[in-house]
Amino acid sequence: MQSNTLTIAGTEFTSRLFIGTGKFSSASLMNKAVLASGSELATVALKRVNPEDQTEDIHTALQKTGIRLLPNTSGVRTAKEAVFAAQLAREALETNWIKLEIHPDPKYLLPDPVETLLATEKLVKLGFVVMPYIHADPVLCKRLEEVGAQCVMPLGAPIGSNKGLKTLDFLEIIVEQSSVPVIVDAGIGSPSHAAAAMEMGADAVLVNTAIAVSDNPIAMAEAFKLAVRAGRTAYTARLAPVKTGAEASSPLTSFLSENQ
Amino acid sequence: MSVLFQQKNTGTYEQATGEGFYPVFRKYDWDGIRTSIYEKTTSDVYRALSCKKRSLEDFKALISPAAKPFLEQMARESMRITRQRFGKTIQMYAPMYLSNECQNICTYCGFSLTNKIPRRTLTNNEILREADFLKQKGYDHILLVTGEANRTVGVSYLKNAIKLIRPYFSNISIEVQPLETEEYNALIAEGLYAVLVYQETYHEECYKIHHPKGKKSNFKYRLHTPDRLGQAEIHKTGLGALFGLEDWRTDSFFTALHLRYLQKKYWKTRYSISFPRLRPHSGGLEPKVVMTDTDLAQLIFAYRLLDEDVELSLSTRESMAFRDNMIKLGVNSISAESKTNPGGYVVDPKSLEQFEICDERTTEEIAGMIRRKGYEVVWKDWEKGY
Ligand code: SF4
Repeated sequence: MQSNTLTIAGTEFTSRLFIGTGKFSSASLMNKAVLASGSELATVALKRVNPEDQTEDIHTALQKTGIRLLPNTSGVRTAKEAVFAAQLAREALETNWIKLEIHPDPKYLLPDPVETLLATEKLVKLGFVVMPYIHADPVLCKRLEEVGAQCVMPLGAPIGSNKGLKTLDFLEIIVEQSSVPVIVDAGIGSPSHAAAAMEMGADAVLVNTAIAVSDNPIAMAEAFKLAVRAGRTAYTARLAPVKTGAEASSPLTSFLSENQ
Repeated sequence: MSVLFQQKNTGTYEQATGEGFYPVFRKYDWDGIRTSIYEKTTSDVYRALSCKKRSLEDFKALISPAAKPFLEQMARESMRITRQRFGKTIQMYAPMYLSNECQNICTYCGFSLTNKIPRRTLTNNEILREADFLKQKGYDHILLVTGEANRTVGVSYLKNAIKLIRPYFSNISIEVQPLETEEYNALIAEGLYAVLVYQETYHEECYKIHHPKGKKSNFKYRLHTPDRLGQAEIHKTGLGALFGLEDWRTDSFFTALHLRYLQKKYWKTRYSISFPRLRPHSGGLEPKVVMTDTDLAQLIFAYRLLDEDVELSLSTRESMAFRDNMIKLGVNSISAESKTNPGGYVVDPKSLEQFEICDERTTEEIAGMIRRKGYEVVWKDWEKGY
């Protein structure tokens, strides 16, 4: 049996489900959902972390679960702001891992490719493990890899939309070409979407809204856990091919036998 | 089980370490790969034919003996993909041999150091005469070929040659000794478009037997040439193995592995594959392994099924009938009327050839044949300044 862990920057993950922590109705519900998901990495928005606050905020609640925290730069609009935010996060959460999100557009929160590339280059030089959130753009993925991104996080559909893998054709190209892990981020609205991403060969998925706003986040977290596992197992087992009908036509290779 | 392209399953990744292909290559064992190709079954082939994205395991199945009964299906799929990607077009190029001087011993080559043949290297004037002839024929894509003799045909000679013919041709490629990255940079600045460098064989011990003397005996240096080209951001790199030295299936697996490695790492470069089979030459080595026309067709289909974008090129080493039929079935570039001796077109048609060609038709005849098949003959497909 092959080892089936995912390694990012030397850290191994047995779960390929990463989880976002916004939008939960309470910190304790979030904790239970995180535990049910089996996830080993949860993103937390730096803008919501308050190191001075001794009450039960998201950050302290999450720490109790023992899960690894991945600060994100959500809220920043430029590379400069992102670098500053990452440095703050490094101090506040004592981690050099950063999920880089730069979206100048407040409505759809679409990532800015130019600023993201600039920030990634700078942050890598500053010693960060950079996980950039981007549009499903294959060329951008290669450019990010070249400047040292440790993975790429292309979106499946607009963030929070739950629409699934609308960018499938481009995700397939990214998966095919990438030398770093590909984590499908944003848009995954149901366990079947997550399974489809994993079957297609994505290395992991990140889910937030679909779990947080469901009627039963704990059950939904578990459903995602199973779906990600099922999708991954199907990928490694290799799906049976789709049968295409035979088309009869005059032979193209008869010249070969004549020739031998 | 192969490692590199199963890595997505194990969660480890080949990072761009700058070490080149050799460490990747060393993870594979020749005999193990050979066995796994020959053990492929009908159901492996069936899967490889039906799936959407093909892996190197699928490629193994497609080149395996088990795929022989599926040749017709492979041809049909190869034709479909090639038409979709390249349309009904065939690119034309011509080789231009500049020198037969060589400091290497290669057991299979007429230019080999110990072969007692008159040596010659074209002068400026002679290069221009040859160039003029090919230009008249309509060629715009020229492949400059030399042996490996750094003192006579080193970088400065090549630089000069490119500069000389640059006004006549928009697409200049070379097939010469492996160079350093900076040297490639210098030639690219002069207008070089592509470099072809065949590994000959990926069987390291066998490679040493066939290249006992000269710089070419350094297996690793040659293996890393496409890495150096990638670093120089060359527009196109050509790969290939020389069939006849070792098991062609295993050599082709390694070529495909090399191709995939390069495509991921040097993603701005375009790649082409050629399929030279050992041809008779002065001092002739008998092929150790025979590759039939059917084998070669199978291999071409397999490459096209593995990779829809890779350029597949067929030289005049192949027979007329084979070339005419393969035009539609997977290749997208061919040469015509080639001379494999320096000055062979006009300057010195009688000088000794590197190897004998097989398809001896004129450029016009071949272009006519391509058109009759309903294909466009493409002479120019690149412009310096890109
Ligand atoms: S194959 Fe090339 S390097 Fe070897 S002898 Fe011939 S010309 Fe020289």
